[in-house]
Amino acid sequence: MRTEFITTNIAIAEGAIMAGMKFYAGYPITPASDLFEYLAERLPQAGGLTVQFEDEIASINAVIGASWAGAKSMTATSGPGFSLMVEGLGFAIITETPLVVVDIMRAGPSTGVPTKATQSDVYQVRFAPHGIYSIPVLIPWSAQEGFDLAIRAFNIAEALRTPVIILSDAVLAHAWEKVRIKDLTEIKVIDREMPQLKNKNSWLNQKSDLVPPMKVFGRGYGAKVESLIHDERGWYIPNNETYRKLVWRLVRKIEDKARFLWDSVTYLTEDSDYLVYAYGSVARPAYAAVKELRKESIRIGLFRPRTLWPFDYFNLKKASMKVKKVFVVENNEGKIFREVQRHLRGKEVIPLPLIDLEVPPPEDIVDSIREWL
Amino acid sequence: MMVLNIKELPQEKYLLSGNAACPGCPEALGLKYLGMALDDKVILVVPAGCSSVIQGLAPGSSFRFTTLNVPFASSDAVAAGLAAAKEVVGEDAVVIAWAGDGGTADIGMATLSGAAERNDNIIHVCVDNEAYMNTGIQRSSLTPYGAWTTTTWTGKKERKKELPLIMLAHKVPYVATASIAYPTDYIEKLRKAASIKGFKYIHLHAPCPVGWRFDPKYTVRVAKLAVETGMWILFEAFNGKVTISPFSRPYQNKERRKPVTEYLKLQERFRTMKPEDVKLIEKMIDDAWKTLLKFT
Repeated sequence: MRTEFITTNIAIAEGAIMAGMKFYAGYPITPASDLFEYLAERLPQAGGLTVQFEDEIASINAVIGASWAGAKSMTATSGPGFSLMVEGLGFAIITETPLVVVDIMRAGPSTGVPTKATQSDVYQVRFAPHGIYSIPVLIPWSAQEGFDLAIRAFNIAEALRTPVIILSDAVLAHAWEKVRIKDLTEIKVIDREMPQLKNKNSWLNQKSDLVPPMKVFGRGYGAKVESLIHDERGWYIPNNETYRKLVWRLVRKIEDKARFLWDSVTYLTEDSDYLVYAYGSVARPAYAAVKELRKESIRIGLFRPRTLWPFDYFNLKKASMKVKKVFVVENNEGKIFREVQRHLRGKEVIPLPLIDLEVPPPEDIVDSIREWL
Repeated sequence: MMVLNIKELPQEKYLLSGNAACPGCPEALGLKYLGMALDDKVILVVPAGCSSVIQGLAPGSSFRFTTLNVPFASSDAVAAGLAAAKEVVGEDAVVIAWAGDGGTADIGMATLSGAAERNDNIIHVCVDNEAYMNTGIQRSSLTPYGAWTTTTWTGKKERKKELPLIMLAHKVPYVATASIAYPTDYIEKLRKAASIKGFKYIHLHAPCPVGWRFDPKYTVRVAKLAVETGMWILFEAFNGKVTISPFSRPYQNKERRKPVTEYLKLQERFRTMKPEDVKLIEKMIDDAWKTLLKFT
């Protein structure tokens, strides 16, 4: 264990290296460029390779190739670049390719404000590719969590054979903070399961966890990887039976494990009358606002998911059981509010969309909440 | 040949003072000369890059060209649509896709090649500062061999893509190279391009003091040295037939070229270069000349 003073971008890079990343493909984009630059120097020292590609389409597809060659792989980008990656992401989903995409949100749509943050991509990362699927999205609120969630993202990707998104933003990206860089002995690293060569049919999907072992190239398997609808052997069969079986498995292998993926934190919720729901960088001023309101003996707490998707309704319901009102504070027009409201039916859920190119300051959050008390 | 007198060119300014260009910016020069060359006929299509930043923040907005700022991987496609529609409605316009080296040779390559193959009636100007300067000096496929960037810490190991030749191979009506150090040459080429129907490609060499690590007062000197050492060859080609431009003509003769080290030593991005790297660059220059002269 060592302590370092680094940005969230660097913390994510270090976490990824700790998790065993060996290949990084990137294309320059603000505010993700410095993560890439850091890895251009650092990853070769850790026995890996960083390559600059000609655009984001190439970057994510290179990552898919590298993952099938057996290397844990990652790319990082921001909104406009993520938009270009969407087709590749869908391809990674149907081919069940483990990889990590870091999406560092900037203000959109389009070029927007490249150097400033909002939380406007919370649905884009989950729903952008076409088709039927589910995709895990982790959302840190500090440099330390950037490091921790990078490791977790790789573990989820490897365990469930899926792309995993780390959703950071421009404010977090360049925030310098103290980070405990853990040793390998302090963390758990999961590697993808590969079929046993002796048992010819062991790669067929007979396991209850819905995740077939991965026939990584060059290990004697003779794999056929297919972007069409395919059966367990990788053969294209365009009928209902095969289609339903595949897409239901793609959804269920994530959603059935939701309780393992959920990772939410509550603050001051034991006796709360009110609950604030906030995530990512906005959860920080929201926490300050909660403490400020507590000084006025208003019993209010904070609920903060670190896994945004699958949506953690279970712990949210538990935390909001006794509260009168739930405030959803977010730096967009009120996106996740819909999801919260959908799950807390009958509860008074109030959207507090505070669009701010920096981060909404605690005073703004306090004022907005006070109007509803 | 008509001789241009820079004093007799239109004086209307399209890039005003107070713009957001860095000191010594070559792209600002390129834009100023563009205004002098084509005055108010221009419609600019600008993808992400330094030129989208140079336009400035309000109230310091300082760009008077008719401009469409577009996504990164799109400039020639948008320009093609614009030019086609202008033709349909029967209006005159000079549509210029004004892109950097990344927006041309990397992420912009597909739409560039597509527009060239369709012979869309546009001019593509590649403002080549040889790396992604706007996002913080990352390599591009037009970064030369040996140059430091933030993604090639020990110097780039690959060569610069020969984009003018690639465009030549598209068999388009007009391909030219230019340099910000030779405004009259560049302005003439812009005017020729504007007078031709079909796809025109101009590759403008633009030394960037920030990314190349030299004193901002030397922008023009570095650009000039690139030509004088033979590193950058000024030429134009009508329908694939190459003519070496007057300013580069003396350097067909190897003896008359200045030593390439004069060009390299001004720029700190080449500081990690070893003597054998310099030898390699000299050989690359010879090869580039030999190849190009085959098309004359």
